[in-house]
Amino acid sequence: MKAFAQRHPFWTVIIVAVIAVLLWMIFAIWPKWLVELIGRKKIFLNALFNGITLGGLYFLVASGFTLIFGLMRNVNLAHGSLYLLGGYIGYEVADLTGYWLIAFPVAFLVVAAFGVLLQWLVFRRMEGEDLRQTLVTIGISIVMADIMLWIWGGDFYQVLTPSWLSGPVETFLVTGVKRSSGDLIYLKYPMVRLVIFCAAVVIGIGMWLLLNRTKIGMLIRAGVDDRDMLSATGARIQLVFIGVFAFGAGLAGLAGMVGGTFQALAPGEDVRFLLYSLIVVIVGGMGSIPGAALGALIIGLADQFGSVYMPTYAVVLTFLIMVVVLAFRPQGLMGRA
Amino acid sequence: MALVEPQKNDLMMVERIPAQYYVLGLLLLVMPAFANDFVLRSIFGWTFYLGIIALSLMFLAGYGGMVSLVQMTIAGVGGYMVAIFGTSAIETISLGWPWYVAIPIALIIAVLFGTIAGWLAVRTEGIYTIMITLAIAAAFFYFTRQNYVVFNGFSGFNGVLPPKLFGVDWQAAVPFYYLTLFWAVVCFLAVLYLSRAPFGLALQGIRDNPRRMAALGFNVTAHRVAAYAFAALLAGIGGILLTWQSAQISPGTAGIGPVIDVLVVAVIGGLRHPIGPFIGAFIYVILKTFAIDALIAVGLAADRFQLLIGIGFLVIVYWSPDGILGLWDKIRTARTKDPLLDRGGEAP
Repeated sequence: MKAFAQRHPFWTVIIVAVIAVLLWMIFAIWPKWLVELIGRKKIFLNALFNGITLGGLYFLVASGFTLIFGLMRNVNLAHGSLYLLGGYIGYEVADLTGYWLIAFPVAFLVVAAFGVLLQWLVFRRMEGEDLRQTLVTIGISIVMADIMLWIWGGDFYQVLTPSWLSGPVETFLVTGVKRSSGDLIYLKYPMVRLVIFCAAVVIGIGMWLLLNRTKIGMLIRAGVDDRDMLSATGARIQLVFIGVFAFGAGLAGLAGMVGGTFQALAPGEDVRFLLYSLIVVIVGGMGSIPGAALGALIIGLADQFGSVYMPTYAVVLTFLIMVVVLAFRPQGLMGRA
Repeated sequence: MALVEPQKNDLMMVERIPAQYYVLGLLLLVMPAFANDFVLRSIFGWTFYLGIIALSLMFLAGYGGMVSLVQMTIAGVGGYMVAIFGTSAIETISLGWPWYVAIPIALIIAVLFGTIAGWLAVRTEGIYTIMITLAIAAAFFYFTRQNYVVFNGFSGFNGVLPPKLFGVDWQAAVPFYYLTLFWAVVCFLAVLYLSRAPFGLALQGIRDNPRRMAALGFNVTAHRVAAYAFAALLAGIGGILLTWQSAQISPGTAGIGPVIDVLVVAVIGGLRHPIGPFIGAFIYVILKTFAIDALIAVGLAADRFQLLIGIGFLVIVYWSPDGILGLWDKIRTARTKDPLLDRGGEAP
């Protein structure tokens, strides 16, 4: 961080200033002119929180995508289908057993097993042929989308939140002052979103620790840098590939369950989440986990602030961010050139 | 490839074209004599303009090594621009300019759009190109769906009719057939010519080894962007024909599904030769038109069409990455293979 500040003093000042303004906007009671300018603080805080939690969901989807890409150079365009599959399976399990928590490991494991099958049966046979692998993933996503439409139909599915998580929780953030009594009004926010966001952060930190502090992580990082050399040193790279693919696919399945709780599951969501993962990893830098986190946060915030303050063009805003990043930093914010 | 090729240059150019091409050409020319309007308009018209759009992808992917998913979007831009500058039923937006102004402007804007998209896409390489162009295509889809001022939002434009040039109703079956056939042949020959012209050869060199071409003094980025610009012209022509066939254009025309479909068409046909996209388009159109009947006949629900297309695509990509053309080559080599030498008929 110090090195960054020394190298880019100008950007550091700007970033610090933006963070200071943001902190002030979060904690202060807004003066009247600001409310007149951009609306009430409650709306702003809600957009901020929604953006951050949505970023958590995007991170779950995109981190698996970027991990698979980083190691195997496989642009898994069926990733959105894995997401939707995980969501549907999670819904069925939660519906059948009545336990919301059980659905998460089941969705993770089933989709991970599916990922193992894909890697073992399909991608292993066309290693090194990036384009062909990508085309195959497109075919798989078309087939999977239609099979899922066949089984679950075109209806919307929403996973019900358990009672101990539903309902809002009062946070310590002030949104305003009651005019009559002068009491402070605190922000209320859905509990389940906060919990899921914390879980996403925990998973993210866990992944970072796994990648940077364990032997398996060392293998994976070595594979990202030079997989031929890694296999030449005797590491069983096929096992590493299968493990990473399973983990990435499982994360997508887990994210599907989260998405089913957050939003809803329906045909077409697969393409939407695939696109968001693409944008997140393009913005953040391909193959980089911290990049995926940063990209997910930026895209989540842009999505939510966009839909609050410029509703018509919210979707376009995220794409605009991508184009700007591409134009000035093609390797992504955290990517290596 | 043999080192010494037989000298064919002493033949006339007309004689060098294989006989099959003449038969095919004649067949296509006299087709309206025995085919009904549905076949002409909905099967061959569709095949030709879809083939043109897929041809633009084939040009980029086959000769430039850049798999761009933005071609359908460029076609959509062309169609939209014809609707906006020309005439349509949405008179509040359409400017109603005459066709000889509207069509060139539409093509110029399509080429500009394709060039900008290409300029963004060539900043990255190989596999990244797919992701970036897919994202651009999705952005265009969402933008047109949200924008009501220029693109008329969800419903798009209808009543976009071709001009009544020479007193002919070009939307009628037989004229539309000849119109699309004409442009398909022009685009096919243009790509064929360009693939053998210095620009095409340089492009193929860049596909195979960009660093060496750069060392030889070729401007790699400029060649790639120029390829995108040319492909955008083809896609724009295809897009205008597409708009005229159904007389309407809406965001769904260039949605994610059609964008992927163009890739499917090009890959099924084969990315090696300009004829591939047309073969792929023909197969796709036949499947899309008759698969529903076939599915019902087998006892499956009619809406499993996507499944059929998806599995067909998977099978072709899995077993023959070069599409139908590659399959054809494989069969031919296998037939002429000498079982003792275990070698193809042609010299290895």
